Amino acid sequence: MKKPSTVRRIITTDLPVLMIVLFAMAPFAWMVLTSLTPTKALNATGVSISPAGWSLDNYVRLLQQTSFLDNMLDSLIIACGTMALGLAVAVTAAYAFSRFRFTGRKLLMLQFLLINMFPIVLLILPLFVLMRKVGLLDTHFGLILANATVAIPFAVWMLTSYVGAIPKSLDEAAMIDGCSRLTALRRVVLPLMLPGIISTGIYIFITAWNEYLYALTLGGRNVRPVTVAIQTLIGEYQIEWGLLAAGAIVGAMPATILFLLVQRRLIGGMTQGAVKG
Amino acid sequence: MTATTASPSTAVTIATPWRVRLMPYMLLAPAVLVTVFIVFFPMVQALATSFYDLILWKPNASRFVGFGNYVKLFADPVFWTALGNTAIWIGLTVPLQMGLGLLTALLLNREFPWRGLARGLIIIPWALPSVVIALMWRWIYDPNTGVLNDILIYLSVVQSAVPWLADPDLALYAIIATLTWQGFPFFAVMILAGLQGIPKSHYEAASIDGASAWRQFVHITLPGIAPVLATAGLLRVIWVANSMDVIFVMTGGGPGYATHTLPLYAFVRARQNLDFGYGTTIAVTFTVLLGAVVALYLARTMREVER
Repeated sequence: MKKPSTVRRIITTDLPVLMIVLFAMAPFAWMVLTSLTPTKALNATGVSISPAGWSLDNYVRLLQQTSFLDNMLDSLIIACGTMALGLAVAVTAAYAFSRFRFTGRKLLMLQFLLINMFPIVLLILPLFVLMRKVGLLDTHFGLILANATVAIPFAVWMLTSYVGAIPKSLDEAAMIDGCSRLTALRRVVLPLMLPGIISTGIYIFITAWNEYLYALTLGGRNVRPVTVAIQTLIGEYQIEWGLLAAGAIVGAMPATILFLLVQRRLIGGMTQGAVKG
Repeated sequence: MTATTASPSTAVTIATPWRVRLMPYMLLAPAVLVTVFIVFFPMVQALATSFYDLILWKPNASRFVGFGNYVKLFADPVFWTALGNTAIWIGLTVPLQMGLGLLTALLLNREFPWRGLARGLIIIPWALPSVVIALMWRWIYDPNTGVLNDILIYLSVVQSAVPWLADPDLALYAIIATLTWQGFPFFAVMILAGLQGIPKSHYEAASIDGASAWRQFVHITLPGIAPVLATAGLLRVIWVANSMDVIFVMTGGGPGYATHTLPLYAFVRARQNLDFGYGTTIAVTFTVLLGAVVALYLARTMREVER
């Protein structure tokens, strides 16, 4: 094949890509600019594009006048709790699915896939009624359980594919050397699974951090994760876009950074199934 | 997601006592128990609730109405509006996301110096929480101070500010645009992975045979990524159908019922009137309708596991 000249490459590839990147970035960039413009200037002249009009005023107000840091803590507790619960039950389940052939295996795998497809509304309403009955409404544990409805099936599937990629001969060798099944799992398979566990865990963290509907319905007063808190920044009389933008950016930051850090490995795991079809 | 097949040797060499045979069930028990408790039990509860007239703030007035809620549902004009909106919502959002994602993937599959960077940046919409996305676009669409109207007026595309989210004829499409923005990176990344799985030699052979770029696309690229398009497409239909958080934050279903989709209608109904019996009925009906798509997806994925 001929190698196309640089100019041609720039016109047919670089420019279109640049436009798509701008399209993907522009709304977020606009949000950043909004958050940097003090409210007075925002109301008078609109978003300031030049650095001269920028200040951290909105961020200072966010941290000093609102309970945003407490909300971040709520989100952190819920996201970490969901991650721990999801991984704890999914690791052994994934090991069982990939190393054993037993009656009901397909059916059980199917049910984990099926749960992931259920509309969240169908679960949110009965969960509300049930949690109200047992007093779990508006608690961290209640929200952790709710988020686990999404996290567990996802973790089981991701980890099953990771364990499947670890050669069986390794745990068989360990068992011939006298390890029991569980010791082989702990000593041999678990260390090899670690990259998979970490990226699955991070993805669970991100989805639990970003989750909104459960947080709104099952939490909201005592336990108020950032996604719900951001909305309350809207203000009573008029929409405070500057403050709102600052909250949105601070609230989105942890998950976005994590996502960018692990995206390559995560996407590898997620696309495997799709690509092999 | 594949799982390797069992080698029969382990099963044969160790004469299996019941403890070994129970092992996989023991390992699965925690995950299964938790999901039974937090997913299946509530779901059965939901199904039961849909046969009751249950308003949460007057629990004593709860009574069994059989299929009463379902009868009421099919006579409810809002249900049909919401169903129509759901069809438009899925029918436009998924193809738009897929089209834009395909274009992006084809571009990213070419050689250029900042490919890695571009790939990382394009993913940003996918990583943001949907509340942030919804609020961000509400700000962009704002009729008085929103930047979209400023740009369009500056370019003389429109004469006066357009109330994007307050106009019943426009609101649904404005939200679809937002969701397209949110979802195209997912397709781009999936399709890109598919494109990279097509051997280069196929293209080389085709260009030696004198096939044009278009023919190469139709006869090599498209068949190569067809499985990815099908799987990602199905997955996304389910996802888009279920996603209501963006709509809820952007318009709350309004103006009027212009942006009500079925899951949103169920949620709003239960949330505002605490009418859990009827809300659950809508949710159950929606789930049954979605079931067809889910069945297709499950059949596809389980075929994978077989291998």
